[in-house]
Amino acid sequence: MERCRLVFSGSGGQGVITAAIILAEAAVICENLNAVQSQSYGAEARGGATRSDVIIADTPIHYPKVIQPNVLVCLTQEAYNKFSAIIRPGGLLITDSRYVKIQRKVDAQQRELPMYRSVMEQIGKPIVFNICMLGAVIALTEVLRPDSIMKVLEGRVPRDFLELNQRALQLGMELGRAAAH
Amino acid sequence: MGKTPKFVQGNEACVEAALYAGLNFFAGYPITPSTEIAEHLSVRLPQLGGKFIQMEDEIASLCAIIGASLTGCKVMTATSGPGFSLMQEALGYAIMAEIPCVIVNVQRGGPSTGIPTHVAQGDVNQARWGTHGDHAIIVLTASNHQDVFAMTVEAFNLAETYRTPVILLFDEVVGHMREKLVLPEPGDLPLVERLHTSVKEGVDYHPYLPREDGRLPMSDFGGVHRYNVTGLVHDMWGFPSTDPKVVHGLLRHLVDKIENRAGILAHYREHQLEDAEVVMISYGSSARSALHVVEDRRRRGERLGLLELQTLWPFPHELVRRKCAQAKAVVVVEMNMGQIMQAVKLSVPQPERVFLANRIDGNFITPADIMNILRIIQGKGV
Repeated sequence: MERCRLVFSGSGGQGVITAAIILAEAAVICENLNAVQSQSYGAEARGGATRSDVIIADTPIHYPKVIQPNVLVCLTQEAYNKFSAIIRPGGLLITDSRYVKIQRKVDAQQRELPMYRSVMEQIGKPIVFNICMLGAVIALTEVLRPDSIMKVLEGRVPRDFLELNQRALQLGMELGRAAAH
Repeated sequence: MGKTPKFVQGNEACVEAALYAGLNFFAGYPITPSTEIAEHLSVRLPQLGGKFIQMEDEIASLCAIIGASLTGCKVMTATSGPGFSLMQEALGYAIMAEIPCVIVNVQRGGPSTGIPTHVAQGDVNQARWGTHGDHAIIVLTASNHQDVFAMTVEAFNLAETYRTPVILLFDEVVGHMREKLVLPEPGDLPLVERLHTSVKEGVDYHPYLPREDGRLPMSDFGGVHRYNVTGLVHDMWGFPSTDPKVVHGLLRHLVDKIENRAGILAHYREHQLEDAEVVMISYGSSARSALHVVEDRRRRGERLGLLELQTLWPFPHELVRRKCAQAKAVVVVEMNMGQIMQAVKLSVPQPERVFLANRIDGNFITPADIMNILRIIQGKGV
């Protein structure tokens, strides 16, 4: 496989770090791949532009941070303004259409997805916004299988909330597939 | 062997390894970036019948584990630079009184409270010489979670074998990042247990009388033997002494038991050193960036290799001299102002060929940082 370098960014509390951990853990535990995950600490992780880096590969990963992501997710305008310039030319840039107004000057495949709006309209719980985002990422990149994400969620989420997460993942995948032209 | 991988932070890998090694007493004062060690042990230790105590500060933390170790526990504390500074007095006491204990320092930027959430490797010389007086110390480190596990177990083993504090000098990047950890099964890694005295109750026990092999059997404090423990220079009974023969003998013993074994204590990894014209020497998270550079440049035909040190002290001078014998240049990659570089310069016959590739701004050193410095050293310009 080609090495996948992802950066998830947003604001503290949106769950971007949790989403990054779930994705990387699924790669390691369920698909026997290598993955490393790191994140910004300190003041910037609590509000401001939070960032988490994930690398997934079938070879050993030494340098653990992402300098040029081929997948960049921005869930706030501040995160988009701060990080959109670092994307690898031609990479995939996923934004949430409620929170981010995109500019056209970035050399990337930009996908504006109504993730937050869809979650609120169809599920009604903003807590699974990040899982919806993960669904969109795996539909657009096919880096992992959705059942791997669900398996990790089963170990992390109380049973009563699993169905909620399943629906959010499904919703994200539908949004991703619809945008995968 | 049915091993399931876990996906954990380096700090959690340290916790898993400490429990594997038999840790049953932890006292600490949580501090970034080591907090997860205390956090996870506060859950795990009580479940396993061990004791977790959150102390009032780092001085008390080290004192508490020293006392617990004397009673027969396997003990650890975890901190970062500011707390490690406070521990120096008790560290010297543990060295002097020969009390097995493991001290984790997950390094952040210093001096003082410095830059809590960012990485540095500035405590290398503090770990060696932070406490006063002539002494020796064992300091281990690691660059990935499997090695964090192995070195943590080794720290407990060396602490018991040599009756000494062992310092695990990790850093923010390794402590916080998550990656795969395959937990060894019980028995996969050898464990050294406490060497208890065979002296029976009612018979005189000498706490500082070595056996023929040099080891000092212990008797659980509060058990069947009464003995004295002190930070003063002491005789084989543990009582203070100013007899020059006793003073000289004790200091020689404390230093020689570790420095004379620098060769067998030297843990390291090597990558493509056989024909390397440029040898990089690194450790901890910096070694990950250096290894990235080695693999990248080898693909382009450059003869570059890496010696990754896992034992920092006692410094493996002989190993470094041997591995650098054919090198045209030696480049030490570390996130400080050349603390290991100084030791490397002492090891090689041509110290003018030793260069420093470093970063000290709180950011993790990148492969590009190292490449830029390599090009300049090789006369290729930026």
